[in-house]
Amino acid sequence: MATQNAPGGTGKPGTARHFKVWRGDESGGELTDYQVQVNEGEVVLDVIHRLQATEAPDLACRWNCKAGKCGSCSMEINGMPRLGCMTRMSTFEENETVTITPLRTFPVIRDLVTDVSYNYEKARETPAFAPPTDLEPGDYRMQQVDVERSQEFRKCIECFLCQNTCHVVRDHEENKVAFSGPRYFIRAAELDMHPLDAKADRKEYAQASQGLGYCNITKCCTEVCPEHIKITDNAIIPMKERVVDRRYDPVVWLGSKIFRRGKQNEAVQGQTPRDPDELGSVHSHAGGSHEPEAEVGAERGVHWGRQVPHPTAPPLDSRGRLAISEFTFDKAAAPSPFGDDVTFPLPAEGLNYSHPDQPQAKD
Amino acid sequence: MTTRTAPPPAGLPGSVRQRAAITAKTLRTDRWWFAPLLTVIGLGAWVTYATVRVFMHDYYWVEDFHYLTPFYSPCVTQACIPEAAHFGRVLPGWWIIPDAALTLPFLLLFRLTCYYYRKAYYRSFWLSPPACAVPDGHKTYSGETRFPLVGQNLHRYAFYAAVIISLINSWDAVLAFHSPKGFGFGLGNLILLGNVVMLWAYTLSCHSCRHIAGGRLKHFSKHPVRYRFWTFISKLNVRHMQLAWITLGTLALTDFYVMALSAGWFNDLRFIN
Ligand code: SF4
Ligand code: SF4
Ligand code: FES
Ligand code: FES
Repeated sequence: MATQNAPGGTGKPGTARHFKVWRGDESGGELTDYQVQVNEGEVVLDVIHRLQATEAPDLACRWNCKAGKCGSCSMEINGMPRLGCMTRMSTFEENETVTITPLRTFPVIRDLVTDVSYNYEKARETPAFAPPTDLEPGDYRMQQVDVERSQEFRKCIECFLCQNTCHVVRDHEENKVAFSGPRYFIRAAELDMHPLDAKADRKEYAQASQGLGYCNITKCCTEVCPEHIKITDNAIIPMKERVVDRRYDPVVWLGSKIFRRGKQNEAVQGQTPRDPDELGSVHSHAGGSHEPEAEVGAERGVHWGRQVPHPTAPPLDSRGRLAISEFTFDKAAAPSPFGDDVTFPLPAEGLNYSHPDQPQAKD
Repeated sequence: MTTRTAPPPAGLPGSVRQRAAITAKTLRTDRWWFAPLLTVIGLGAWVTYATVRVFMHDYYWVEDFHYLTPFYSPCVTQACIPEAAHFGRVLPGWWIIPDAALTLPFLLLFRLTCYYYRKAYYRSFWLSPPACAVPDGHKTYSGETRFPLVGQNLHRYAFYAAVIISLINSWDAVLAFHSPKGFGFGLGNLILLGNVVMLWAYTLSCHSCRHIAGGRLKHFSKHPVRYRFWTFISKLNVRHMQLAWITLGTLALTDFYVMALSAGWFNDLRFIN
């Protein structure tokens, strides 16, 4: 094994270290022991790559940039949610066993790869940036001091480590319906603080539909964020305070009871989380939004009746698994998720969408 | 090798995929239990000390130098020593009523609903969660969405009360410079002063204060003064946790010092008079 794992580059020879990696899929799995050569300056993702190149060519793992910027390589290392590519091996003792497991909060697909679609659903549900209607694109002007707070949240790389760590959904699967998670609280805060965002009910939305009240500000999201976004201090607590402004301030509350009774949206007033049945209709998995107008606008260019080619599923290997590593695959690169018989760009006539501003094609 | 095709992707509405079956509750290998343990010990010790002192109804006033402990400020019951009661004695003097009964409940509320203390006791006493990526100690969880925890939103009002109480504490510290012999200055004054400065730092670094000062604005550029105020408080706010613990320390220290002087355990170190 030692020869197989021989380090590639120059520098000090590596040492063999002990790793436990969770291997398995939905039907079950276990921690598997490996001895892997580790060289100076390497990160955990390097070790996984070495494992794929040697003992475990079919070890599934997502990664992309190896620079802490794509947010793909989220995993749990010795129980702590971290980026594999940003966790240096030098942070562990020489004789320490390093345990690598997939993110716990999301369903597992295989080995270290999890299905993070929960986050994308929550992303689609969050109302988009809404500039004032009288402002033409190109006329947006804002001052740096005004947009600064929002910019902190733009650093997010969507690694979903915060979503994975948050005990609200990590330990209570049932809360996934009502709770959007810290990544979407920073999104709500980003837009609510944005100088050009004209949507006034983001605080109510955060409270009634994103489940802001579930957060008990225990700050684990902040602790694991690889971009060091002060999620709790700069987004969640300010949003909670903004909700207090609207909901719990007795003066404001009294005023709204007396003068604007009944004018406010009931859904916004309600403390109750969204009805799960609603998820299928209004918040469709196909990209629903909370804005009826936005929904209508988006549908204008779509021709539902048109025949679209059915996507071809990707090929599987002899064991019925996706060949995730190119080492075991008979093609030059990983298979296309769209099916290997699909080439891009797709012919325009075959699409079921045309931009609403362009002349509408007939079916 | 590549003849079979994949089943339709799971994760669509209706289908429930399973999480990875990892048996260990947590795989953390560091001493994650250490911080919550320290919090339990620290808060537990402080609360015990404070409770004992509040119901002791004695040793809170140093006649010679006019030192009043913050735990009895303002002293408002009939049981108070008249010279120590700067704001009158309006409540009956039963032992069950703390001598600072008009302020202590608000201070308690202020600290209980403080965003930092919430984090501290949710993690350590309530184990929800004890540490990051360590399972919650409870079967169900609704966070701060319903009664009683929805009451945490009262923090804003507790903050207003705390500002008033800080003013009273500052007034006590000023009065302490005037002892029966005229102007006087000793170690006790420094301790009272230090405590008050720290209390102000803690109170101003409050998240609600940060919000009121400017955090709630959408356009900082239109409110330059409030923006500077917000910037200043944001700098303090980063240290809110440290200030929370420092003020627990200074409060206990101040109280202990006053108690020790009042009980005659040792003498104040006087610089003037
Ligand atoms: S601070 Fe709130 S959102 Fe962040 S991890 Fe804790 S409970 Fe979740
Ligand atoms: S907020 Fe931080 S932890 Fe959460 S997804 Fe973005 S970068 Fe990752
Ligand atoms: S591989 Fe891109 S963040 Fe780790
Ligand atoms: S006092 Fe801690 S947040 Fe207000």
